[in-house]
Amino acid sequence: MEQDFFKKFHEWYQNRHEYAKEWKEKTGGTVLGYFCTYVPEEIIYAAGVLPVRILGSHEAQSVTEPHIFAMFCPLCRDCLAQGLQGRYDYLDGIMIAQCCLHMRQAFTSWKKHIPLEYNYYLYMPHGIQTPRAHPYLRGELEDFKKSLEEWTGKKITDQSLDHAIQVYNENRRLMKQVYEFRKEKNPKLTGLEAMEMVVSGQMTDKKEHNQALKELLKELPKRQVNRETGTRLMILGSEDDDAEFLKMVESSGATFVIEDHCTGSRYFWDEVVPQEDRLSAIAARYIDRSPCPSKDWPDRTRLPHILKLAKDYDVEGTLLIQQKFCDPHELDIPSIRTHLEKNGIPTYFLEFDVTVPVGQFKTRVEAFLETFQLPTDLF
Amino acid sequence: MAENKYKTKPLDCWNEAKQLRENYYKNFVRAHEVGGIRWAGGAWSFSAVPAGLGDDVYSLTGEPYGATVAFNKEFAEECHDAIEAKGYARDLCAYMRNYWGSIVLNKYAWGGEWPKPDFLWTTHICCSHAKWYQVAGELEGGVPYFCVDVSVGPYNERSERKLNYIVSQMMDGIEWMEKVTGRKYDDEKLIQAVYDECRATSLWAEICTLNKAIPAPLDEKTMYSLYVLGTLMKHRKECADFYEKLRDEVKDRVANGIAAVGNERFRVMTDTQPPWAFLELWRYLQKYGVVSIGSLYTFGLIGIFEVKEDGTWGPRISPQDRGIEIETREQALRVLAEWTLSRPEWQHFYSPELKSDMMKRIVKEWHVDGVMLHYNRGCEGLSMGIAENKLALREAGIPVMHFEGNMGDEREFDLERTKAEIAAFLEILGAK
Repeated sequence: MEQDFFKKFHEWYQNRHEYAKEWKEKTGGTVLGYFCTYVPEEIIYAAGVLPVRILGSHEAQSVTEPHIFAMFCPLCRDCLAQGLQGRYDYLDGIMIAQCCLHMRQAFTSWKKHIPLEYNYYLYMPHGIQTPRAHPYLRGELEDFKKSLEEWTGKKITDQSLDHAIQVYNENRRLMKQVYEFRKEKNPKLTGLEAMEMVVSGQMTDKKEHNQALKELLKELPKRQVNRETGTRLMILGSEDDDAEFLKMVESSGATFVIEDHCTGSRYFWDEVVPQEDRLSAIAARYIDRSPCPSKDWPDRTRLPHILKLAKDYDVEGTLLIQQKFCDPHELDIPSIRTHLEKNGIPTYFLEFDVTVPVGQFKTRVEAFLETFQLPTDLF
Repeated sequence: MAENKYKTKPLDCWNEAKQLRENYYKNFVRAHEVGGIRWAGGAWSFSAVPAGLGDDVYSLTGEPYGATVAFNKEFAEECHDAIEAKGYARDLCAYMRNYWGSIVLNKYAWGGEWPKPDFLWTTHICCSHAKWYQVAGELEGGVPYFCVDVSVGPYNERSERKLNYIVSQMMDGIEWMEKVTGRKYDDEKLIQAVYDECRATSLWAEICTLNKAIPAPLDEKTMYSLYVLGTLMKHRKECADFYEKLRDEVKDRVANGIAAVGNERFRVMTDTQPPWAFLELWRYLQKYGVVSIGSLYTFGLIGIFEVKEDGTWGPRISPQDRGIEIETREQALRVLAEWTLSRPEWQHFYSPELKSDMMKRIVKEWHVDGVMLHYNRGCEGLSMGIAENKLALREAGIPVMHFEGNMGDEREFDLERTKAEIAAFLEILGAK
């Protein structure tokens, strides 16, 4: 039987709530739920608080209808549903770094209906391409740091920030090393495994996650891949932690070799470049990171980044997925399709909801995958 | 049909409002003929800023243009088809799709070909705005584009740092405008435009405040044709001058008990943009003696309000009326940024509670009997938090209903069903 290289990450991903509860019990610490990956986790970590990303459960629900108009994306409603259903009852606080209107609604409704001792709205700028954003965000981070200090009663020192930056940068570096194995002719990990590895890192103590990554990196080179790679796919678009979908595609003659999601590479691609002023360094990291489409203007910086990923990972085709009603992605997808197709990379578009119609999507994905097969493969 | 209780008459300055609007759209087209400059951007843009380039600078604001298209169902449908064929989703902002569709079709709602602007100047207020003009510029084959990020939070959390962020971007924007137009910037013209914008937007708030009177001197359907001037040219002298004239006329109507709706028996307010192709709904209300006195949208998208000494809402006193003399470019931009952040229809982007509180205030001070919320599929920005607003109004004991539709895409509006929903609500209010 094959060694399960990604078991730890899978367990963390599956049992995120149990992990956080145990962490609290073990450390006596506090847990802060966050809604968007623009949240500067380093500062939270430096305060001794565990940041955990709030994500949905991909189950049908009926509790958010009175709170969020149904034309807002399924993810924001799914996230709020988790709170209303009490699944994050261990959180001591919540926060958001300014992102799309959808997630902001989930945050404001959560804040109103699930009172917690701490909540924070970080005014992360949208205008990340203006140099004015740097001093502005640096100041906002200063306010956030003060607020955390007041909440926890502990001073966040330069030393603790340095430690947090080091831990987070190490995490990013280690995951990038793992991603190198996705470039291989027969990638040593699937897209599903990569997603669970990344997302589990959003829900666990990075120190532990780093340890698990180091162990993985020791073993992974030895992994004998016993599955067909099939078509090398890239997946792009809104947040995607839909394990069932990834599994279905990867059992249909394809492998996801790279992605641009905030549940994937976009989360960890860029490091904090140390500066004497720690908050300036952190501000620069979040302003200059691979952007979410909601912030990618006036220039389209995502296009060259995505194309580079496609080339680096030897991508044959791309699935563009979008959470229903997700305006930022809807506004980027047509130009991404054009750009990739002009560069010889075929694309296929799918719209996601809280649950995915796996049967129907399988037929559509298989039809797309067939286009990569030689006539001799077909008959 | 309820009987008339009050005398009523049309507005004397109605035709002037219509003329100003028509001139605005036509002047934009003719700008190049007179050696002028055309820029386009959102109605929320800091429109006073390009005014520093000269008196012959004309704008086209996207949202009112999108609403103009929406009013013409056939053209709107053509626009939607054209842009959807380019791969853009049908649930995106309906104004934006109407605007983009016009570019793709090369057809201007006021006749002729699409008048390509010389530059794009806007602010990013919701998920769409910055992307709207990013795509517009691409569809137009490349137009210089500058967008100011204003996402610094609600007015009650403003700070020097936040203002500096906005002001410094506008300072950069002015240098950029000089480069793309080759013109020298005139700070005196900017200062005058800031004064005029503060005057116009304070006056619109004053006009809305006059609608607290019973009977209401204005009904919302009429107000749509009046507030729109502020969305087109809030920084221009002719807009402020017109609002002054309108304010005087509305004052006179209040003094003489002249009603917008002669049979006024009940007062409602709405929320978000109306379904523009179906304004007959507002006439339907009037059949039963129900007047819509406005909404946070009609009041607060343009009107700048403040809490007065007696605790009620009234027009915010303009900087010039507070004795503030603007002397420099930086000061003008700071006044403009601070003034703009106090816009009521901005606060809801950060907190449904702030919006609910403003809505409850309108209910109380404008003597509103019930609230009709338009769950507007065409604008996620103004529909943000609307379900929480509904809960809050209901908790406050205010009769409230919602109807679902789309401000600019008739495919998402069911007139008969909405009429039936409104009829039931009117029965609950006792109006029917």
